[in-house]
Parts: sequence; structure tokens; C-alpha cells
Amino acid sequence: MEYALEIKDLVKTYKDGTQALKGVDMQVEAGEIFALLGPNGAGKSTMIGIISSLVNLSSGSVKVFGKDLISDRQAVKSMIGLVPQEFNFNMFEKPIDIVANQAGFYGIPRQEALARAEKYLKQLQLWDKKDSMSRGLSGGMKRRLMIARAMVNEPKLLILDEPTAGVDIEIRRSMWSFVEQIAKQGTTIILTTHYLEEAEQLCKNIAIIDHGEIVRNTTIKDLLKTLDIETFIFDLDKQADEGLLTSLGATPKDDTSIELDVPKSKDLNSVFQKLDEAGYKVTSMRNKANRLEELFVKMIESSNKNNPVTEKNGDPS
Amino acid sequence: MSSTTRIGIQTLLRKEITRIVRIWSQTLLPPAITMTLYFVIFGNLIGSRIGQMGGFDYMSFIVPGLVMMAVITSSYGNMVSSFFGAKFAKHVEELLISPMPNWAILAGYVSGSLFRGLAVGLIVTIISLFFTQIQIHSYWIVLSTVVLTSVVFSLGGFINAAFAKKFDDIAIIPTFILTPLTYLGGVFYSISLLPDFWQGVSKINPVLYMVNTFRYGFLGVSDINVGVAYGIIIGFVLILGFISWYILHKGIGLRS
Repeated sequence: MEYALEIKDLVKTYKDGTQALKGVDMQVEAGEIFALLGPNGAGKSTMIGIISSLVNLSSGSVKVFGKDLISDRQAVKSMIGLVPQEFNFNMFEKPIDIVANQAGFYGIPRQEALARAEKYLKQLQLWDKKDSMSRGLSGGMKRRLMIARAMVNEPKLLILDEPTAGVDIEIRRSMWSFVEQIAKQGTTIILTTHYLEEAEQLCKNIAIIDHGEIVRNTTIKDLLKTLDIETFIFDLDKQADEGLLTSLGATPKDDTSIELDVPKSKDLNSVFQKLDEAGYKVTSMRNKANRLEELFVKMIESSNKNNPVTEKNGDPS
Repeated sequence: MSSTTRIGIQTLLRKEITRIVRIWSQTLLPPAITMTLYFVIFGNLIGSRIGQMGGFDYMSFIVPGLVMMAVITSSYGNMVSSFFGAKFAKHVEELLISPMPNWAILAGYVSGSLFRGLAVGLIVTIISLFFTQIQIHSYWIVLSTVVLTSVVFSLGGFINAAFAKKFDDIAIIPTFILTPLTYLGGVFYSISLLPDFWQGVSKINPVLYMVNTFRYGFLGVSDINVGVAYGIIIGFVLILGFISWYILHKGIGLRS
């Protein structure tokens, strides 16, 4: 199988001696949306920096659609689009110039570059701001501008480093739908995010990195299977009495809501039965927390026990 | 050169020209004002008392030097501010992730600085026409010297910007090295006025060769051998060009 990205034994040691990556192996299948998760300083940004030629690797290999990063760098670069974490465009330029110029740097003739800039600025709802000074755009607009810029060379592999950080829910959801849409068109996407709901919503496979090592690399579905308890919140039509709380093993959340931990091995029928017998009606029900988030915290805690905390001065992530 | 690379260089040049024109009051106007003051004070007021220099009236003698001084300062200043600005604000990453070869990135930036150097040179030359008549001994020498000199100082600015970590670092070299070299490079006087020892010292200064060759292109007189001067200027282009390419190749100051 040809992978969109194949990383083998990737090591990065910064000049100050910090080892940001300690022999990472990772594969991303072509056409998927892949989640790369990890706490701050875990090595995510270093890895993305290496893939996008912004950081020099110390050893190991990186292949993008079969092309080696070191021996065929120009070909690899032409296949990649990057949306970095930090704003990295000229704040004194206009969005139309930023996007069209980026196309030019990829060798796209001016007329075609302007047409593509129009297409992606429109798709990301920035067309009416095309001639504004970029400095004046809102945080969400700046982030969308970086997505438009990354898309303009129509990359086969798009790397999104926390693309929805600091944007409101509505824009986040519209960005998700944009990401899903371009994935459907065949673009492979690597997504790093702190919003685990985002990874759960968009991605099939996931790698969790911590202390420069891949802690888990599996499907989100398999990962979630390892979670043995789920917490539910039941909104009731009236306040729960002590008897009900004791019989269910629940805790009150507010006046009419209760919180209940349910092992995965148990079904919810018995809970509903007890509520019904006690004369309570369930008006709504939901998961308390993001399931992936709980797993993530558990994994990182376990990883921290195995790797004592060290300073990561060299890692920009 | 592949069409991809050519389009990349053209795009970078367009971006630079747009920037230079957008902030014309910082890039094109100041040298025009400064050089006008030089023409008024050194050329008209003091120059009229100096008499002849190198067989020409003083104003005619200093015009080529002042044009070259403006070109040198503008070429260096453009590269150092543009490239360090891109590095500081991180938008240099737009180029580093693109498939543009390193030499093409360098060529794009140098072309931008060359544009500013030549634009400023032309403006100062036009201003000088209000003060004196210009004669041209060799158009080819004038043009080739100004282009090569602009390239030398663009490359110098690139190296400075690549190593600079803060804005202070890009002000040190223009203030403490470039300005003294320019002022002592025969812009305002012929080195034949100096004692032998100081003539020898002056000949270590590369700006002397650039100014004198340029002046030779206008007036047909020079303190130094023009052939040797070309050799030195081209040598600087090659050496600084290689160092600049190597910096980009290794990512010094650009990639961690």
C-alpha cells in the first residue's frame, strides 16, 4: 500500500540537546483524515515542521506518497499544504495577494493563481475581505486565510496544525465541513487539535504522541473501545430524592439532573426501568464529557509516569 | 530554468516591488531628500569653493559617487529589512515550504533589492540634473557597475538578515561598517589627494572600486584600474552569492 505519509524512526535533537522526537514511526493512509494528538511540547509541531521542511531532521526517514523528503525534497514540497499554528503571513498584505503569491511560489501562472485565490477565498467566506489589510482581519478570518493559502496549490497532503484554535463554534463547524469536503475530493489531511471532539468527529485514525514518542496509533473506534465506563447525565421532570440516587448509585448535578457512571458491559435499560418505577420521566440524556478527552488524559498521565517531566525548550509546539 | 522556478522568482519580485511602492515614503523618498541636501551643501555651497577635482568641477565629480552611495544603501537596506522582516514575522515560511529552489528564493529577493537600488539610483540621477549636466563616457560601464554593486550589497544584506536575531542586529552593520566604507570610498574626494600610506589603506575598501568604476563610466577618469575593479566586484558577487546560497541550503538562522 502506498501511504500518503510514512515516517520511520524519526529522530530530532535540537542544538541545546533536547530530543523532541525519539524514533517516531507513523503511517497515514491516502485519502483519510488523520488525527495527531498530544499535549504541548510533545513533539507534534517538530514532526509537522520536519514534514513541511521547516525543521531539519536528525535521523530517520519521511516519505510523502512514496517520495523521500531528503532525496526528492522539491517533489515532496509540491504535494504539501500547511496551515501552521501561528499566523505566519505578512499582516500588511491583502488576502488576495497572500493567496495568489503563494500559488506563484508553487509555480502556478499569475492568471490561474488569481482564479484559485478567488475560488478558495470564496469557499472560506473571505472574498469580501480580499482587498483589506490582513492585519485587520479577525482571528477566525486569519485562520481561514491560512487555510485558503494552504489549499491554493491543491496539495495531496494537507497539514492542519490546530486550525480551529480560537474560532467560534459556528466557524469551527463550517471549517469542519470544509475539511470533510476536501477530504472527499481525495486530499489526505493530518489534523492536530486540542479539541478532541474535533478529532472524534472528523478522523478515522489517530496517533497520540507524548515525550517525543507515539503512545498509541490506532483507529478512533478501537481507542474508544478501551474506555470501560461512560458517564451520562439524565435530565428529569422533577428533583431526584435520596432513595433514587442510592438505588441508581447516581449523584445530583443540579435541581433536576443526575449524573451516573455506567460500565460498558451494562445496558441502560435497567436505569430507565428504575426511573420509570420511581415515577420519574427522562426529558433528555447526554454524555457528560468527551469520551476521547478522558482517554487522552489517562494515556498522558500513564506516559508521564513512564517519562519524568523534562524541559522542552527547543520544541515550539 | 523550469517554468515553475521562473514563475516563483517573478512572484517574489512582484511581491517585493509591491512592498517597495506601497511604502514609497520609506523606500524611495528619503534617499531623494538626503541626496538633494548633499547636492546643495557639498556640491553648490562648499563645492564652488573647492574648484576642480580629478579635472572636473566638484559637483560633476561627486554626482556618480552620490548616486552609487544611494544605490548601495538602498540595496542593502531593502534586503536586510525585507528578509529580516519576513523571518521575524515568519512569513518567510511561505517560501521555505514551497518547491522554489534555494537559489531561486535568493534570486527573487536580490531582484527586489536590485529594483529598489536602481529606482533610487535613477531618482538621484534625475535630481542631480537640476544641479549639473551629466556626461556619460560609457553606458555599458555605468549600467554594469551599478547592477553588480547593487547585487553585492543585496547579498551582503541577505547574509546580515539571515544571522540577525533582533532588529538591533540589522542596524549595526549599516551604521558601523557600511557608512564608513562608503564615505571613505572616494565619493567626495579623489584618493590621489591622500598620502601614499592612506592611498594604500583606501585600496582595501571594496566600495572604492565600485565608486571609481562607476565614476569612470560617467567621466572617463578613475583612481584605480577599471579591469581590476571589475574583477573585485565580480569576485564579491560570487563569494557572497555562494555564502547566501549555503545559508539557505543549510537553513542557517531559518530552520532549527
